Amino acid sequence: MANLKDLKTRIESVKSTRKITSAMKMVAAAKLRRAQDAAENARGYSERMSRMLGSLAESFAGIEGGPKLFAGTGSDKTHLVVAFTADRGLCGGFNGSIVRETRKIVRELKSEGKAVKVLFVGRKAADVLKRELGDSVVDIITGIAGKKGIAFVEAQNVSLRIREMFEAGEFDVCSIVFNKFQSAMTQTVTRQQLIPFVGEKSEKPANDDKKSVPDSGPKAAYIFEPEEDEILADLLPKNLSVQIFQAMLESSASEHGSRMTAMDSATRNAGDMIDGLTLTYNRTRQAYITKELIEIISGAEAL
Amino acid sequence: MSDSTVAEMVEFELVAPERLVQSKSVGMVVVPCTEGDIGVLPGHAPLIGTVRPGVVDIHENGKVTDRVFVSGGFVEVTPDRCTLLAEEAIAVADITRENADARLAQAQGLLEKAKSEVEKSRATAAVEMAEAMLAALGAGAQQH
Repeated sequence: MANLKDLKTRIESVKSTRKITSAMKMVAAAKLRRAQDAAENARGYSERMSRMLGSLAESFAGIEGGPKLFAGTGSDKTHLVVAFTADRGLCGGFNGSIVRETRKIVRELKSEGKAVKVLFVGRKAADVLKRELGDSVVDIITGIAGKKGIAFVEAQNVSLRIREMFEAGEFDVCSIVFNKFQSAMTQTVTRQQLIPFVGEKSEKPANDDKKSVPDSGPKAAYIFEPEEDEILADLLPKNLSVQIFQAMLESSASEHGSRMTAMDSATRNAGDMIDGLTLTYNRTRQAYITKELIEIISGAEAL
Repeated sequence: MSDSTVAEMVEFELVAPERLVQSKSVGMVVVPCTEGDIGVLPGHAPLIGTVRPGVVDIHENGKVTDRVFVSGGFVEVTPDRCTLLAEEAIAVADITRENADARLAQAQGLLEKAKSEVEKSRATAAVEMAEAMLAALGAGAQQH
């Protein structure tokens, strides 16, 4: 039988675990609210930019060539996959689902005979996949989330890095994998192609009518000022940064949501465990007292 | 759509990466584009253009009702809508001289320290922006 002291320490330790998880839940909830606002506010910008780029693409469709970021390199031999995860764990299935999806994509592409490179944003997926992917890992970018959330500069840096690699001819197609925030309970793993630009495919149905982009109505021929290709040359890198920024924000909101849910159930589990342990403790204590009483009584009777 | 039925207002939207800054119906918007300022009235021909650092004037009932400083970006115009995607947007009233001066000094410092081409172009953009901010401030002061 477990002795009383052991049980006591056990209960104490579960209690302090519960304190920690419930504090983490609180923190995650506070951060979630901010991250969620940021992600939802930024959706308008990235949606409008996609739309603008879409109308540009339409009028550009007939023209030969165009910037590489737009038209691609003409081959699809080498793929770059950018996976967004958190730097820290203890957030349920958040990192795991990205790891699984990345692994799946890499296998798929490799079985099609394509070369794959992987860029990790966030430490967690890298920890798991680093050994498995070996040389395919280009870089691991960590520490993007600052005290006040994610700054646009971080996205610009990542996008610059990707652009430099692209211009050096290190890959042909770039796609990102991230958790898209839906609610604190649900996040969907989303894969989105960034280079070359794909129009409507990346679009998602606008759900909340207040922030959704109004229809642009019948397509009209746009005047461009300056010329199409100049705007495109300006807009494409910007769009890349914006889409990456959006992915970062969605990912961070998902992370906090996921952590909140995970810590909530951890807190609840700890509570259940404490109840169970307390019951055992009380039973043991009672049995102990009974045993002592019997000893005393039988001792007295023997006299 | 014939000219007589053209909407009397322009739906103006000013969007920054972090948030939707403004969204309202206005009479006219003047946008500082790279190739000159563009006044957008209802029924404007569809246009896509790039925006330079400068001040956006929002006109209602023939008067300037709001002035917002933008640090550059893109503008999309359709007959009834004007969408401005700005990297940064600050109401002119919220810009203080100290703030703008500090930005300029910081940007110039960055420019001096910049080593790579990228850093240099980024710093140059920052300097241009701070200068445009100061200019906006100057223009604002003259008006009042």
